[in-house]
Amino acid sequence: MLSLIVFLPLAAALALAALPRLGDAAARWAWVGVAAVDLALVVVVWLQYESPATGELALEEQAEWIPGVNSSYHLGVDGLSLPLIAMTGVIFLACAVYALRETDRPRLQAALFLFLQSVSMGLFVAADLILFFLFFDLSIVGMYFVIAGWGRQGAGRSALKFFLYTFLGSLALLAGFIGLYVAADPHTFDMVALTEQTPLAGSSLAGGLVLAAILFGLAVKTPTVPFHTWLPPAHTDAPAVGSAVLAGVLLKMGTYGFVRIAMPMLPEAWRGWAWVMIAVGVVSVIYGALVSLAQENLKRMIAYTSVNHMGYIVLAVGAAGLVAGDTAEARSVAVTGAVTQMVSHGIITAALFLLAGVLHDRAATYDMAAYGGLAAPAPRFAALFAVGAFASLGLPGLSGFIAEFQVFTGSIAAAPVTAVALLGILVTAALFLRALQGILTGETRGSSVGFTDLRPAELWSVGSLLLLSLLIGVLPRPLLEVIEPAARAVVELVGR
Amino acid sequence: MRPFLLLPEILLFTGGLVVLLGGSFLPRERQWVARLTAAGSLLAAAAAAAVELPGPAKMAMEGTFTVDVTTGVVRIVAAFGTLVVLALVSDEIAGSARESETYALLLFATTGTLVLGGADDLLVVIVGFLLASVPLYGLIGMALTPGGAEAAMKTYLLGAIFGILLMVGTTLLYGVAGTTAYSELTEPLSDAPAGVLAAGVVAVLAGLLFKAGGVPGHYWVPDAAQGAGGAAAAFVTTVPKVGAVVAAYRLIAALPDVLNWPLLIGALAVGSMTLGNLAAYWQTDPRRLLGWSTVSQVGYLLVPVAVAGRSDLALPSLLLYLAGYTVTNLAAFGVTTALSERRDLSSYRGLGRSHPLLGASLVVALLGLVGTPPTVVFVGKLTTATAAWDGGHAWLAVVVLLNTLVSLFYYLRWIAPVYGREPYERTSAGAFTPLRWSSTTAVLTAAVSIGLGIGAGLLWQVVA
Repeated sequence: MLSLIVFLPLAAALALAALPRLGDAAARWAWVGVAAVDLALVVVVWLQYESPATGELALEEQAEWIPGVNSSYHLGVDGLSLPLIAMTGVIFLACAVYALRETDRPRLQAALFLFLQSVSMGLFVAADLILFFLFFDLSIVGMYFVIAGWGRQGAGRSALKFFLYTFLGSLALLAGFIGLYVAADPHTFDMVALTEQTPLAGSSLAGGLVLAAILFGLAVKTPTVPFHTWLPPAHTDAPAVGSAVLAGVLLKMGTYGFVRIAMPMLPEAWRGWAWVMIAVGVVSVIYGALVSLAQENLKRMIAYTSVNHMGYIVLAVGAAGLVAGDTAEARSVAVTGAVTQMVSHGIITAALFLLAGVLHDRAATYDMAAYGGLAAPAPRFAALFAVGAFASLGLPGLSGFIAEFQVFTGSIAAAPVTAVALLGILVTAALFLRALQGILTGETRGSSVGFTDLRPAELWSVGSLLLLSLLIGVLPRPLLEVIEPAARAVVELVGR
Repeated sequence: MRPFLLLPEILLFTGGLVVLLGGSFLPRERQWVARLTAAGSLLAAAAAAAVELPGPAKMAMEGTFTVDVTTGVVRIVAAFGTLVVLALVSDEIAGSARESETYALLLFATTGTLVLGGADDLLVVIVGFLLASVPLYGLIGMALTPGGAEAAMKTYLLGAIFGILLMVGTTLLYGVAGTTAYSELTEPLSDAPAGVLAAGVVAVLAGLLFKAGGVPGHYWVPDAAQGAGGAAAAFVTTVPKVGAVVAAYRLIAALPDVLNWPLLIGALAVGSMTLGNLAAYWQTDPRRLLGWSTVSQVGYLLVPVAVAGRSDLALPSLLLYLAGYTVTNLAAFGVTTALSERRDLSSYRGLGRSHPLLGASLVVALLGLVGTPPTVVFVGKLTTATAAWDGGHAWLAVVVLLNTLVSLFYYLRWIAPVYGREPYERTSAGAFTPLRWSSTTAVLTAAVSIGLGIGAGLLWQVVA
């Protein structure tokens, strides 16, 4: 079943690439259809799913791949990955719907995004380090072609920077993986076996170095300060759907790696690095928010809020490493918050980037100063943008609140000093309110004049993402019931 | 003697003779018979090697030549590599005056490669070296262009120097050991004077590295890649490496543990990969760029040689990488021979749109050379780096990964125009007219490089 979810989009991508005579409309709708079927399959998996025991996975599939180095084709899900594959399915479907109006080589674009969808799904269900790395690397390759092929004029430079920077991260990750393999006895790349073994336990220097390599690799992808500099240019030059996937799905590959690989496999080293992670998290939160506040370009602003939002996740997983007797419950709340934040940030930021894409589509600029009083000509755009902004700043009733509330409850209980990161929420609130005020209110002027409101494809894609955020905000239990056992398991594993 | 253990070598050599003599009597428009004969002898050699492959190791020619799994893999990879070159060369020289001679030279050079790969005695290494080198001078010069002549001259002079070095090294080692057979070398060398031992090994390695095209014997590689005809360039940068690197592996594995061999080979490996990568940076001719890239690939190939005998992964990872490198490098060269007139990276602008399959093959080949999964070179790089770490040299694995990052940049310089946004109609070079044989070959080899990566488990079972 998981294999089908992973490879269905790839098969569709190959079919689309191999059919040059296919009409544009047929290609667009084929993309929507395949993305919808894939999401339906994820829903089926969600309904079948039962939480596995600590350190194990549900719905496992395994086949030999490279037995010489004990690497196998091994898939499985748990409470950490299931919400993320669901989010991936939702975001790709939203992008498919949004791209129904695409005119620039829609068949190839659909093929490329279906390829990316396969890769993203594969990464979140991979239970083997080499398989994980394979998907990690291919996600970079796929996104490079999205930015270089469909980005703005001159996007080649940002695409190159993105490729080189994140490839550096992926190589550091690979070095860490090889270190884990060599230290494990018997040698293996299998995640479940490595989690059970915790290789390098007891050798603090080697463990620290291997963790450093893995953390660096994941931190580049996440990205956290100071490894975030590839993100703003990549977003600014990427097409709207590319940004939505990059921020919504690809960034989660980094944070997912923390809870899937770094924490359970190197618990001792993780505890040693916990304060570093907390510091990086707090700096990312505050720095991301402040830089975001200074932006004039809407897309750059949203890009920097991603740095801020990823900071909450890093902060929470760092706090989870501060093992002390009576804080286990609090730490598992922090991890639950972190995973919820991954899902929540994914759908909200994807919605915001799609909305930014609408601005660029109509007036060819992301400059916030060029707009004013947009609420009058484009009420639907204004409403959705306002909801997205409030969701992103963490207003109760929307998913961002559920996530950030748990992150802070858990982190502050484990380490009261992390309360300084609350400043980040304040700044984020200020910057979103400022953006809302500047773009939507006042007299209709500049590029806002004659602005066409959201078309159905845009409305449906963005609207359903925000609706999902609202749903999670109001009824979080179904999601949290999946995440909580897995979060407790992670905290238990990191405490070994 | 057991000459039939050398059946693949015999088949190739007699095939070469038949092609050479028979080709003289064939009219020009019927030279395809010679091509067919050459292909037939390559296939027969590969088949004979495959039949012999699963058996236990055997010694031929009084213990100077080993027939084991390693030799078998070298034979099969080299034969198929030359077969691919034969397909590439068809576009270039079909019906030309030197057609059958080219085929004969290719077969002789391949025989030399096989001899190098199986040699278990320094004297046989010399024979293999000469047999693999001399035809190359002819192949490189066959282009009859000023660049080709210069490259042939350079290769010839360097080949002469490094050939002498190889013989000097052999003499030194014979002087202190009293034998040239690997099986008897270990014992007497363990109490030989360290200085003589080191000098001898370095000199022999230098000769082999000339053949492989790695530092310090790499000077001819970029010129040959640029100046020779496309198929000849593909051949000289691919097939001889297979034999030379395996010969280096056998030598290092036979040496006693009295000097720090991993450090020596590691230094050569780091030198090759770093120099090759840095020199490739600003090349604008795609073939010269590929030439430097093959220098860096020799560096990666030397990594498992450095930990020979120190990790169980070393030999299988080396063979896997050799197979993967051969098919991937030939795919990249195949694209350049398909578009033989395009000798500037920017002239590839728009290839992705006008010929999607060829463009995709180029991307697969280049990203494959970087080591992106799921191509087979990724598995090779992963296992060689793991072998280095496993053998106690984690630094070497780290250097490999850093160099991989460095190499990505220049491969991307080539990929960027292929998928650039500018429509190809606007470029001055006009429409793309890829040659048929070469582009088919490029697409097929690129597909094989992905297929072998996905099926790496099966491949591993063959080489391990």
